[in-house]
Amino acid sequence: MTDLARAHLQEQFDQPTQQKQAATLGMWQFLATEVLFFGVLFAAYTACRYRFADGFAEAARHTHVVFGSIETAVLLISSCGAALALRNVELGGRRVAAALLAGTAALGTVFLVLHGVEYASEYREGLVPGLRFDHAGPHARAVELFYCLYFLITGFHSLHVIIGVVLMTVMAVKAWRGRFGPGYATPLENAALYWHFVDIVWIFVYPMIYLVGRASA
Amino acid sequence: MSGTDINLSMEPSYLVSGGNTLWSWLTTHDHKRIAILYALGITFFFFLGGAAAVLVRLELATPAGDLLTAETYNKTFTFHGIVMVWFFLVPSIPTTLGNFLVPMMIGARDMAFPRLNLFSWYLYMAAGLFTIAMLLLGGVDTGWTFYTPFSTMFSNTHVILAAVGVFVVGFSSILTGINILVTVHSLRAKGMLWFRLPLFVWAMYATSIVMVLATPVLAMTLALIALERLAGIGIFDPALGGDPLLFQHFFWFYSHPAVYIMVLPAMGVASELITMGARQKIFGYRFMTWSMLAIAVIGFLVWGHHMFVAGQSMYASMVFSILSFVIAVPSAIKVFNWVGTLYKGHLDFHAPMLYGLGFVGLFMLGGLTGLFLAATALDVNLTDTYFVVSHFHYIMVGGSVMAYLGGIHYWWPKITGRLYSERLAKFAALLMFLGFNLTFFPQYLLGYEGMPRRYHEYLPKYQMLNVLSSAGASILAVSYLLPLAYLGWSLFRGARAGPNPFRATGLEWTTPSPPPAHNFTVPPVVTEGPYEYRP
Repeated sequence: MTDLARAHLQEQFDQPTQQKQAATLGMWQFLATEVLFFGVLFAAYTACRYRFADGFAEAARHTHVVFGSIETAVLLISSCGAALALRNVELGGRRVAAALLAGTAALGTVFLVLHGVEYASEYREGLVPGLRFDHAGPHARAVELFYCLYFLITGFHSLHVIIGVVLMTVMAVKAWRGRFGPGYATPLENAALYWHFVDIVWIFVYPMIYLVGRASA
Repeated sequence: MSGTDINLSMEPSYLVSGGNTLWSWLTTHDHKRIAILYALGITFFFFLGGAAAVLVRLELATPAGDLLTAETYNKTFTFHGIVMVWFFLVPSIPTTLGNFLVPMMIGARDMAFPRLNLFSWYLYMAAGLFTIAMLLLGGVDTGWTFYTPFSTMFSNTHVILAAVGVFVVGFSSILTGINILVTVHSLRAKGMLWFRLPLFVWAMYATSIVMVLATPVLAMTLALIALERLAGIGIFDPALGGDPLLFQHFFWFYSHPAVYIMVLPAMGVASELITMGARQKIFGYRFMTWSMLAIAVIGFLVWGHHMFVAGQSMYASMVFSILSFVIAVPSAIKVFNWVGTLYKGHLDFHAPMLYGLGFVGLFMLGGLTGLFLAATALDVNLTDTYFVVSHFHYIMVGGSVMAYLGGIHYWWPKITGRLYSERLAKFAALLMFLGFNLTFFPQYLLGYEGMPRRYHEYLPKYQMLNVLSSAGASILAVSYLLPLAYLGWSLFRGARAGPNPFRATGLEWTTPSPPPAHNFTVPPVVTEGPYEYRP
């Protein structure tokens, strides 16, 4: 199947392996920049939480932990789909891979819908700073700050999920059309890396938003 | 190096092959053409930012605030800062000389991601449009630093538009950084070992690391500012319990490493200019590479020295102060090694060498005054005075611009195939050195005597030095316009350069000038280090 790789070889490279290494290295560097994008938000969260420990604990108890947990499970399973699809392509598969990728995209959509439901109920509860915020009490300010960060972090993450869903759909179509094979799956591999990254970010978001502070109730 | 003769075969140059329509330029994937596209944009913004500087210096020629109102003055120096930092200094060397030379120096046909390369140019231009729109709509008055809470709560100017411009140009520099890093990793010619790379390539490599890791922090921080103004998200808003100091931490976490984004490429260029001018191997090649990487790494750990008087804890200040002294060590190693390279060299004082030497001298003065500012006790007195202004202009204008122009002169024959007037070029280099010192040395004295920065009027006792500075600025302006004239002239009337007019080493000199579209007819094989000058 190296013919497939040869057909995709760009003129600046001598070998398909060289091209694959370059693409993979580029992707990892892109993910490094993503870590720093999220890093700003996490650092802001940490700084604010340090200043308002009680307020953040109170605010965290208003989050919907059941939704958060289901979303976590959905994302983890979807990541598994992306990994299996890549493996399937490497073994010469086509239709199974396409189905797995479509499933990954579908689970990503489920995640987004669940998050939408969550946002809607937060709006009803008056926990959306700027739009409708009527939480009162001694920690009201800190709760508002928490919800600012909550919408920023989950919103920025959801933006990544949206991009990922589009990416996975494109990959599913390409896999269905047989654009990848055992010797050439670099775009798919990089798309899967991206998806796993979005997943891993959530692994940090989930305890930060939903779990920390709940125990001290 | 081998392969020289074969590569001089008759293949059409990159300026001709692929057609010469506007469309062929706007859709090119050739790293050399993209470098030229960038050079056009960067030159435009350099003179735009320079015009703002002229206004500032005209205003400061007299103690009274008579030319500009206070508001207009604020907008003028802000525009000067934003344009010069993000639209000239940060992209200048990496996107023009870096784009052109990195593939040639390592013996590659192109960058690793040619389309991404072109895309990053479009991002740069789009960001430029945002910034010009911001200017036309009335500008922004926060200073290039966008400090909160002023930028989020009080300023009534176009902060969001300015932030969007910088945000977008940030992506352009991230993509350039990724492209350079991957190119150096994966496209080196046979025999081009890591420690045979020219120091310019090492400098681009170190710079790219900083670009890739620091710029996202700035982008996110500016997005937070825009969101705070748009949607009232209160991360930096003290009224909501947010922390304005947190902004400064984020901002300088990018913006201090950004200083090294601006000066590391200049160090790389200077290393090339000085070895070529001294016609011998660089002194301490490995020390030069490791010191550049050390600067790139330690550069991430010194941001707090911008916040000595901002209210961070004394212990934090002490740590940042010590680390700022530490980063002076690799910088000093480089200065000593450049001087060591000159020792017993066969010095050849042509224009690029003069620019290179000018860089070393001005960088040294800028670096030493950096140590003054890194000392916490002294910094309390010097913060926000013209001493600081002068310090960073010595690094960025004296250092980086001087090296950038030196590099443009050195590789001009390679890029265009033409020779410029050596006499005029030497004259411009000397004039620039004199004009620069006349502009900025008085500002050290002004700052030391306590003149604060960012005011459009000042006490009459400061006038004499300010007049000197403004006079110097006019000389400096002439010295920047001169190269535009004689380099432009050389494009049409300059003598043909030949492949290697400076008899320099390095793979880029083994190809015709200008090089063919894919740089090398036969893939080069490298058998020795980059600076094997033989008398």
